[in-house]
Formats: sequence, structure tokens, C-alpha cells
Amino acid sequence: MRSSLAAFFSARNHRALRTFLTATWLGWRQEASWASAPVFALYLILRPLSSVLILVVMYSVITDGALEQPIFAYIYLGNALYILVGQLVGGISMAVVEDREHYQMMKQIHTAPINGYAYMLGRGIAKLLLGVISALVITGVGMLFFPLPLHPAAFDWPLLITSMAVGLTGIAALGVIIGALNMVIPRHIGSIGDAVAAALFLFTGAIFPLDVLPTWMQSIGFALPITYWLEASRRALLGPDAARFPTLAHFDDLALLQVLALGALGFVVVSIVVYRWAVYRAKANDLIDMDTSY
Amino acid sequence: MRSSLAIETRNLGRVYKIRHGRKSEPKELVALKDVNLEVPRGEFFGLLGPNGAGKSTLIKILSTLLLPTSGVALVDGLDVTRDMVEIRRRISLVSGGENSGFGFLSVEENLWMFARFYGLDSRDARQRIHEMLEIVGLADRKHTRIGELSTGLRQKMTFVRGFIPDPNVIFLDEPTLGLDVAAARDIRAFVKDWIRRYPDRTILLTTHYMAEADELCDRLAIIDRGQVLACDTPANLKRSLQQDTIYLLRVAPPDSKPAPNGTLESVPGVRQVTVAAGDGYSELKLRLAGDDALGNVLSHVAAQGSTLLSLEKREPTLEDVFIHLVGRGLSEDAPPNGAQGSDE
Repeated sequence: MRSSLAAFFSARNHRALRTFLTATWLGWRQEASWASAPVFALYLILRPLSSVLILVVMYSVITDGALEQPIFAYIYLGNALYILVGQLVGGISMAVVEDREHYQMMKQIHTAPINGYAYMLGRGIAKLLLGVISALVITGVGMLFFPLPLHPAAFDWPLLITSMAVGLTGIAALGVIIGALNMVIPRHIGSIGDAVAAALFLFTGAIFPLDVLPTWMQSIGFALPITYWLEASRRALLGPDAARFPTLAHFDDLALLQVLALGALGFVVVSIVVYRWAVYRAKANDLIDMDTSY
Repeated sequence: MRSSLAIETRNLGRVYKIRHGRKSEPKELVALKDVNLEVPRGEFFGLLGPNGAGKSTLIKILSTLLLPTSGVALVDGLDVTRDMVEIRRRISLVSGGENSGFGFLSVEENLWMFARFYGLDSRDARQRIHEMLEIVGLADRKHTRIGELSTGLRQKMTFVRGFIPDPNVIFLDEPTLGLDVAAARDIRAFVKDWIRRYPDRTILLTTHYMAEADELCDRLAIIDRGQVLACDTPANLKRSLQQDTIYLLRVAPPDSKPAPNGTLESVPGVRQVTVAAGDGYSELKLRLAGDDALGNVLSHVAAQGSTLLSLEKREPTLEDVFIHLVGRGLSEDAPPNGAQGSDE
């Protein structure tokens, strides 16, 4: 009994891993295929640079160039980190629409013995990798050209690695939830993943502390693991400077990680339930390979 | 114990609920109704039917893309509603006219990706891809992006994708749709060769093309409006019409009165008439009770002022069987309010 159970889980995990890695490769080929290697490399650098320059110019105009203020580091890093949210949520959820309506490959993929959940994750990972490159470029530029108190030797690496692993797991689960909903929405009216990521930008303390929001809006932020992930990552990178904003100051690092882990776990559980429900609905209502003229 | 049947359906049904607007009551369309099929292992089985007959709905259910609304469907002895992943390990689906792959991938990359999805080791996959591309004459295009291939070459690649996982059961849904004659012939040759080399594998083919079904299938089912009307070998199906006589008449002018079915069908001995418009003539296909009835037909044609251009006696074909069972030709649309699936 035990050995048959072990064999079942082994085969299942192997299938999931194989699906995930192959889908990741597919996603990367998709991202890298639209341009030659040098142009793609240039794009990877110029894209985040342009966004960071816009942010810095706007901030400088509004604050009369007060780049040494702690809020600048707060906004700058929040903006860099939040790129990962947009890329991961948008990448995973958009893959469903692209596969189904642009490439019209949903039928072939869903008759192959893949793990559908792992496939969705894999398709989004390539976008996450682009996001990581963007975040690194932005952070590097911040260290080199702006007075950000970033010193790699002083980073709290264990906190950073843990918060990244747990936080990105929760964010990927959010992407799966939206991707699963895309499977059963017959009319594509734009990128829901991008819209959700943009909406959460306001509630998660990415560019301003939650305290500036009305109380009811703060509640939304406190319910989202992204808020705790951003705080933990900022603490790991900025050290004491991150503590100047009181929103989550009453959480020590361990408590912060615990809340983050609980939130991420909740998102993962919900994503599995929603994914299974969506696949069932799609198969019951003949939506797997629908074409809504995307 | 392994089932001796590759495909089995019992009272299989599928109803689509179509809503035209949020507040309107959903309208039910019966795509499949009480379909009972038994396809033994190793058989090349065909589904012949017009658009909307339910062929693609049936294939979608059998390939786990769609849930039935009633009845049971088993593939390789496994239930399509419960054992989806295990079924998918054993089947493959090739559809004609499909997009064929991610256009930014090369032929080899696309096939490798699907081979990996099916669990093939990367090295084995490349080896098998190379062998199969050689067989279909695509080896020199393996580094070409799919988006740059012609329709015929893309379809060949799709075929290779379907056969690379070495499935127990393969579903071919209108596989030669839109292909030129040479490409369709190559595809049929490939399929025949495959079934000869692997006689324990099962193929289910849906097609519009009578000749294709006649050439390839061991047995076939004629399906219309979601129901199986007949199921037998092509030879037996044709034999069922042999008590009748089939004549092909060409008459001019094309708009002459003998053409309408109603008029000719009232002639004694005439069992069925179908009319096709040609360039400057009408072609009448007549199923007669016997040769004796031909005199009555010719007299009727002459009395209507039409000129007989040619007359040919024919052995029954699958198309004749189809017309006999369905009441219209494959190219003719089903009448309104027919039970049609939304997928075709």
C-alpha cells in the first residue's frame, strides 16, 4: 500500500516537474523569439531603465530633488519589486488566453498528459525571469547613480531569500487563480491579470505606506500577502531605513514571515480549488478551445 | 484485465445549452444522443457525417476535452470522466486545419516539447522525431519555424506530433481537411503504413471524404444529428443497397423541370433522387427499385422537354449509402432545427 502510494506521488511529481520545466522553456522561447539576441538583450536593459527614469523624474519634480529622503528608497525599491508581481500574475494568467486564442493550442495541450497547474506556472516563469532582470537593473542603477542606502554586504540575505521564495509562491498562486478564471470567461475583454496587478499596486504599500490610505483600504492591504512580502524584502535590503515607516513596524521579522507564509499558503490552496473548478467548468461547457476573437 | 475494446460508448449523450443574451432562457442543442459504439483494439474505425453531425463532439469527449451529459464513454477501458490523465497517456489527437503549433518554435522544437509533455526522455524524443520526420519527408525542414511552413507541411508535422508518443488510440479529426491532393495522399499513406506496422493500435477517423473512409476504414459509423444511423464495414454498407440500382443521369438544360426531386420521385420505381448542378447541366443520381424503372424515368425526362446528355449505371458507393440513410448528400446542410453540435 505504502509503496503504491509512493509510486503514485513519485510519478505525479515527475509529471508536474517535467511539465513545469518544459512550459518554462516554452515561455522563455516565446519571450526571446521576437527579436535577435543583441536586440533582446538591449530591450532587457532599456525597458527597466526607461521606467525608472520616469519614476525618478516624477519624484524629483514633486519633491524638488529630495532623493536622500527615506521615502525615495521606499518608493524606488517598491517599484522595482512590484515589477515581479505584474510579470508573474500577468504572465501566468495571459498564457491561458494566448494559448487558447492566439496560438490556438489549448486543445493539443489539454489532450497531452500534463499537469495543467504546473503548465500554467511554467508559462509564467519566463515573464518572472524578465521581471527579475528588470528589478536587478533598476536596483543596480539605484545603487550606482542615486543615493540609495543599498549595500549588498549589509543585506539580510536569509530574510530576503525566504521572503522571495514564500512571497513569489503566493503571487504565482494569485496568477493561477486569475488564469483559471480566464479559462471560463468566454469573452476576453483585456488582460485581467494586468488589471488586478495594477489595482493591487495601490493597496500593498508598493509606492506609499499603507497609512496614507483610508482605514477600509488599509484592510485590503493587510489581507494581501504581497504587502508583507514587500515589507520583508525592503527590510532585508534597506535594514533600519525600512523601519522608518510605521505601517508594519509592530511585526518583527519572524512574525512578518509567518503572516506572509500563512497568506501565501491561503493563496495556494485557493488557487488549487479555483483551478480544478475552472477546468471542470471548461470541460462541462466546451470552453477549452473556444475562440472569442482575441 | 485489459479490455478488448479500445473505445466503448454506452448511451452516450451530449446536450449544449446555448444562451442568446443574459436574460434569455437557454436553448438546448442535442449534439449526441444515445450513441453506442464498440471499437475493438487494432481497428481502423471511421465516423462519417456532415457538418454538425456530432463527430467532433464525440472525439472531444473521447479525448477528455469535453464532458458528456449522459451515458458512459471508455477509452482503453478507462472512463473519460474519471481517468482523464491516464487516458491522455494512451491517446493522441490530430485535427485537420488546426493551427499546428507555436509559430515561433521550429518544427523540431515543437515536436520535442510535445514529446516531453508525453514523458519521453529528451534524447529518445529527438531520435524519434528525426526518424519520423524522415518518414514524412520533413527532415530537411526541422529547423524551420512552423509559421514559415505551408499548410500541407504543417499538417504533416501535426501528424508526426500525434504519432510520436506512440499512442494506443489515435483520433484523427478531419486530418486531410484543406490539403491538396498530393499532401492528402501522403498523409493517408503514412497512416496506412503506421497501422500496418502497429496492428494492435486503434485509429478513430472522422472525415467528410467518402473515398478516404472507404480506402482506410475497417468499419465505419454513419452519424447524423447526433445519432449513429449505421455501423458496419464499407463493403457491407454498400452491399445493403445492392437490391437497388444506381443510375447517374446528366440532363440539359439545368433548370429543366425533371430536376426537382418531388417530380421524379413520383415516378414508379424511383426510390430516391439527388440533384447536383453542373456547368450547363443537372446531374441526377437515382436509386431505382430495378432496371425496369429506368424506362419510366427516361420517358418522364423527355416529357419535361429536357435533353439526356449521359447515362451511367453505377455500383453503390458509400455516398449512396449515406444519402440513403441521411436523406441528403454530405455537402448539403442539415435542415434548420437539426440537432447540431456547436463545435463543428
